[in-house]
Order: sequence, then C-alpha cells, then structure tokens
Amino acid sequence: MTDARRSTQTSVRSPQHSERSGQMRDTHRSASTCDAQHSAQTRGRRTPAPPPDPLLESLPFPLAARQLLQNQQLRANLRHATHTIRSKRKSVVAELPHWEELRSAGAAMKDRALCSLDSYLEQLEANLIQNGAQVHWASDAAEAQRIVTCLIKAHGVDEVVKIKSMVTQEIELNEALEAEGIAAWETDLAELIVQLGHDRPSNILVPAIHRNRDEVREIFLREMKLYGQAAPDDLDNDPEDLAACARNHLREKFLRAKVALSGANFAVADTGTLVIVESEGNGRMCLTLPDVLISITGIEKVIPTVEDLEIVLQLLPRSSTGERMNPYTSMWTGVTPGDGPQEVHVVLVDNGRTRVLADPIGRAALRCIRCAACMHICPVYERVGGHAYGSVYPGPIGSVLTPQLRGLKSVLDKSLPYASSLCGACAEVCPVKIPLPDLLLHLRRRVVDEVKRRHVGLEQTAMRCVGWVMGSGRRFGLVGRLAGWTRIFIRRDFITHLPWLGKRWTARRDMRMPARVSFRRAWRRRARDKK
Amino acid sequence: MTANIQKKVALFATCINDVMFPDTCMATVRLLERLGCRVCFPPQQTCCGQMFTNTGYFNEAIASVRACASAFEPYEYVVGPSGSCVGSLREQHPLLAELSGDTALQQTVKAVVDKTYELTEFLVDVLGIEDVGAYFPHTVVFHQSCHSLRVARLGDRPRRLMEKVRGLTLLPLEADDQCCGFGGTFSVKNPDLSAAMVSEKARCVAKSGAEYLVTVDNACLMNIGGALHRDGIAVRTIHLAEILCSQECERDEPHVCHPQPNRALLTHNKGEKDGRVGGGAP
Repeated sequence: MTDARRSTQTSVRSPQHSERSGQMRDTHRSASTCDAQHSAQTRGRRTPAPPPDPLLESLPFPLAARQLLQNQQLRANLRHATHTIRSKRKSVVAELPHWEELRSAGAAMKDRALCSLDSYLEQLEANLIQNGAQVHWASDAAEAQRIVTCLIKAHGVDEVVKIKSMVTQEIELNEALEAEGIAAWETDLAELIVQLGHDRPSNILVPAIHRNRDEVREIFLREMKLYGQAAPDDLDNDPEDLAACARNHLREKFLRAKVALSGANFAVADTGTLVIVESEGNGRMCLTLPDVLISITGIEKVIPTVEDLEIVLQLLPRSSTGERMNPYTSMWTGVTPGDGPQEVHVVLVDNGRTRVLADPIGRAALRCIRCAACMHICPVYERVGGHAYGSVYPGPIGSVLTPQLRGLKSVLDKSLPYASSLCGACAEVCPVKIPLPDLLLHLRRRVVDEVKRRHVGLEQTAMRCVGWVMGSGRRFGLVGRLAGWTRIFIRRDFITHLPWLGKRWTARRDMRMPARVSFRRAWRRRARDKK
Repeated sequence: MTANIQKKVALFATCINDVMFPDTCMATVRLLERLGCRVCFPPQQTCCGQMFTNTGYFNEAIASVRACASAFEPYEYVVGPSGSCVGSLREQHPLLAELSGDTALQQTVKAVVDKTYELTEFLVDVLGIEDVGAYFPHTVVFHQSCHSLRVARLGDRPRRLMEKVRGLTLLPLEADDQCCGFGGTFSVKNPDLSAAMVSEKARCVAKSGAEYLVTVDNACLMNIGGALHRDGIAVRTIHLAEILCSQECERDEPHVCHPQPNRALLTHNKGEKDGRVGGGAP
C-alpha cells in the first residue's frame, strides 16, 4: 500500500518551529505576489462581501452591546433559539447518569493533551505523513493564508468548497482567498445563510442563530441567483423548503469542486486521524467528492488516542445541538487509494495558541471543544448575540479565548473579560469543565495590572481608597455612619437620580438609600441596652 | 432540637447588609439566638472583598481578607446571611491569601473558611433544623441568586426552610435560576445589559402575582427591588432571614420596603421597559 501513498514533498519538516515558518514564508511569497496584481486588476468579487463597516469589531463590548440591544428582532430570534437549544441540552444530558464523570474525563484528557502538546503534535505529524497526508505548520494567520492559497493555486483552480470551520474564520481565510481571486463557497446551511446575507456568524455552532426563517427566505431569494443556482420564486419559509433550496444551490458547487477546505473537530495523535462532527452531510460531501482536501486545524485540537474519542463524541453532540448523537461523524486517516481525495493536506495553525498555553491559569481555555453550550446558557450572550464580542469566538469562551489569542491589547479585548455578570451558568454546562468565571477573573486581573503599569487611573484610585477603608472595621464603621447621615437630607427610601457613574445604575432602577443606623451601631446600642 | 448545646457564632454581617440592610443582620441575630446560639459581632470585619476581586483588583482585596481573618479567627462558627459573600470568603479568600505571600494569613484563612456557613447551611447542616418556628402568612417567590446556587452551593436548603414556614405560600417564579444582572461592577461597566437583565427579572416577578420576592442575597434584592420600585410594581422585597425570624406573636411585620407606585410611570409605561435605558423617572 505504501507505494500508492503520496510522498510528502511539500511538507516542511525541520526541528525548529521558527525555521519551519521561515521556509514556508519564502516558498509561498513568490507564488502569491505574482498573482496578486493580476487578481486585483482584473477581477471583481467572486463571493458575497461581508459587511463593509467592521465598526462593531472595534467597539468595546459595552458600546457594541448597547447598539445590538436596540435590535428587538435580533433579541427575539436569539431568545427563542438559545432557550430551545438550552432545554434540549438539559434533557439529553439528564439521560446520562455518568455525565459528571464524563465531564471530568473530558477535562483530564484535554489537560493531558495540552500538557504534552509538543510531543503529541509530532506524533500526529508522523502518523499523518505515514498515511500519505502532507503536513504544514503555520505560526500565524498570515502564514496559514499563504500556505492554503499556494496549495489551491498549485492545482490551477479558482474556487473551493468549504466545510464550516472556526479556525478558517479566525484566520480570515475566505477574504484572503477572495483577494487572490479564489472563491470559497460555504456549504454548511447556516454558514451559507451568513455568507449570502453579507453577514458575519454570531455563534460557533449555529452561525445564523440571529436570523429567523423569513429573513433566510429573503436572503435566498435575493442572493442565490447572483452566485449560482437561483432559489425558486415560490420559496416558502418552511425549514424543509429552505433546506431543499440550499441543497439545490450547493449541489452544482459540490460536483464542480476540485479542492475542498475543512477544519477538524479532533486530530488523533496516535493514528493520524482527523475527525469532523456535523449534522447536515455537506461536510461528508466536501470530504469525499473533491480530489484535494486541505484541512486547517488549530494545534489545540489534538487528542492523544483514538480511545479518547469515546469521551468527546459523547460530550460534544449532547452539549452542542442537544442530540444524543450527531448525524454525521467523518474520520479520515491520510489518503485511501481509490477512495476519496487522493491528495490530503493538513495545516496546523498556532496563531496565538502557544501564548495561551504559556499561561498556567489561562490555558484551560484551550480545552474547549467548541460546543457553544456556554453561549446558549449565557444571559449576556442571549441578549446581544455574537457580534458584540468582535471575534469569531463569542460568549463566555470567546471572552476568555479571544483576548488571550490576540494578546489583550485592544480596547475591545480589554473589555471582553468584563462582559459577564459572573453568574457561573457557563461553567456548569461546559463539557470539559473550563472554569470560565475563574478565567474571567484571571484576565480581569491581567487587564488591571497592565493598566496599572501604564498610569494611575481613576478606577484604580477609587479601588485603592475603598480597599483602604475596608482594611479596618473602624474605618468602615465611620463610612457607614456618614452614609446614614445622608438620611437627614433625603428622607425617602429610594432615590431616582445618582450623579456621575451612579447614573448608569439609576438609568434603569431606583437606588435604595443607606439605613439611618447601620447594623454596627444598632448592635452597639443593643449591647448597651442589654447591660 | 440539637440547638440546646449552645454554639458560639460570629455574625458575618457583610458590608452591604451592615450599611444598607441592617434589619437582615438583626433578624439573623434574633433567629440564631432564638435557636439557642450565642451570637457575637466581631467589629473588625468589613467586607468579603468581592467588589475588588471580581473587578480584577486582587491586591486591593487583601486588606478585606485580613480584616475578615482576624475578626473571625477566635470563633467556633462564622455565619453570614449572604450566599454571595460567604461563597466569596470560602472560594476567593484562600487564593488571595496565597497571593499575599503571607503564610500566617493563609493558615488563618483556611481555618476560617472551614467554619464559615451561609445562614441556611448553618440552620440545616449544623443545627439540623428545618422548621425554625416561623410564621409568615404571605405569598412569596424565591429568586435563587447565582452565587448562592453556584458558588456557595446552597442547593435546596432555602426552599426546605421556606416550606416549613407556617402560612407561607411559595409560588413558582419563571426563569428563577437566571441572573438578575447585578454582577457587582458589571451593573456599572455594562449598564445596558444589566438593565435588560433586571427588566426581565422584574417582569417575571411582577407576573408571578406574589406579595414578596425573597432571596438569600440582598445585593440581588437591591437590584431587582430598585427596578420594581422604578416600575411601580408593588411586590415587596425581603431577605429569607427576616422571614425565618418573624413569628406569629410578633405585632410588627418585618421591616420591608414598601414601594410607592409611581402613577405617572404606571400609566406612561405599561409595557416592558426592557433594556431601554435613559428613560429614568419623570
């Protein structure tokens, strides 16, 4: 069988990561620059453009949330969708008496993988190559884009079909390919809705969770005809009709495609097997029909052994879609002669993950298996949706993962750890027991420490003062007494307007006045009376 | 009753109860004394420090940790009428003490953590009492605060205690395990979201038709109660300790806030004010 396997001529394997990156960069720069000018001059867009104004991406979370909260339709859609999926999850999880043990096993397995990630990655690479796949390493988004672009161009095609994949969104692959004149067609139903709707995904599992069926129908009618098979004029808003319409539209793209792009839910180190878990079967089409398959995956997707799939394949479907088992689970190990793609590439992407791994507390975020249970349960996400988080990873996991991946630099990234009321519902449902509230606090601390390093802020001064007061019962007692004195001027129990930052409280609710006599003083009086 | 053996209890009043809700603390003291405990109030105590820790100011919280540790060290039991503050003391103080690098503090904190109970835990687990002899002839709904549920892990103890209160009718509350949107500084850092969350909570409470909203955390009551008061919804808010303290022989009802319905708002804003900020009072 070995003779039928492809050689690994394009995989760059040298012991040091930096060297790998360097070589990859040089190999591909020449290829991409020569075509870049050509594509820029002659071609318009091939695929629907994403929203032209990435305003929300740069706004800090509270301001983005303010804008999105105004959209009543969005809130109604989100509420309906999150509540439905939440209760489905709850009922299927309740069926398993050993659910808590499963969660612990999942967490322990992912921790084991992350603790020895370097050796598991090398094991994965060796097994992939042995099975005829070609392995590429990308240290950041730009490098991953270059590798994929080069591989597609080497086959002389200008379009590819895609399976829904988070990492390709993270590295903004579609737009990079578009710039090179390559059309990347999303084939997942929800991703198709998002792509045709000139929109951005708002959930990692249900990217079009913010759309209802009427909106989907409108998008299909308006856009499909511009990019291929048109939607029938009498299209109904019935889910079955919409799905059939999408199936029709995608069929010609599947049959035409020579190259497919995918992500991976899991990469099994001891066998070199990649795994995709999906519901619709479009992924299966991409994985089996085209001649060439390029799978792009984050390095944290590695799991040690094929037995470990037993854990995650129980945890994932129940936590994500609320199903006992997902309809399609595809696994492939390199190239199988005469069956499926005869050229298989795997691009292993770092893009900030080693930085996350370096933080002993923050690294727990890398356990994530992208089930979206934390989003669906989150009262904050439920009200604003994914777009407010300014990242492909929204919700509680996004609030801890995005700032770490990107390095906690921008105003948005610094606001994300605060995008939670710390209610803890997310940690309760996480299938791999990521302690999300603890991570949020850890990152808040990092934000505060970084601000402190640069200047003395107002908030910091206030906190320091209050901290000083709270250092002594006597000082705090005095403050309580002063607070009680305000009742001399304000007799009412509630006040409707507070000044300055207090406005943010009284904008929606009244503020209770402090007690005339604090407990501390009442206690002292009581003790005196007793004597 | 096992309460005959006198237990020496230090009251962990918490800062918000001390200044804003002294009646809750007094009710806790009277209840515990009624059940045969000897209650003390160590005046060095201040606050659990959650305000600092949860905003990312870990170093600023250490003073509070020290204050609590020194206040509670000499006592047999520490009891606080707050799931959130007790949860913070138990879950966050050891971490903060470790951060301070002070090994003596770490040991004291560990000892304090082991003997700290939320009021309902102390009643059910330590005293072994579910029927505290309370009488409260009203309909109530119970908001299970997030931290009492997921940090202090009180489970169904508050409900078990309420079920034994004579005259009390516990009504179901829609989405009772959902956050009210307070979240400490969250309410100021994300005011619009917090407003949207508390609006929904207030709507559910109003819909329940109960006379009282009960929790084991006055911080949530301050938030939800403020929204109820703003909307002119005549549901009163009360801490569970005050219900458990009240008895049939008492002439006075426990101190509760009596919201004065704002007529103008009632007529002007019949619908849900959900999430819309800046409306304010006329």
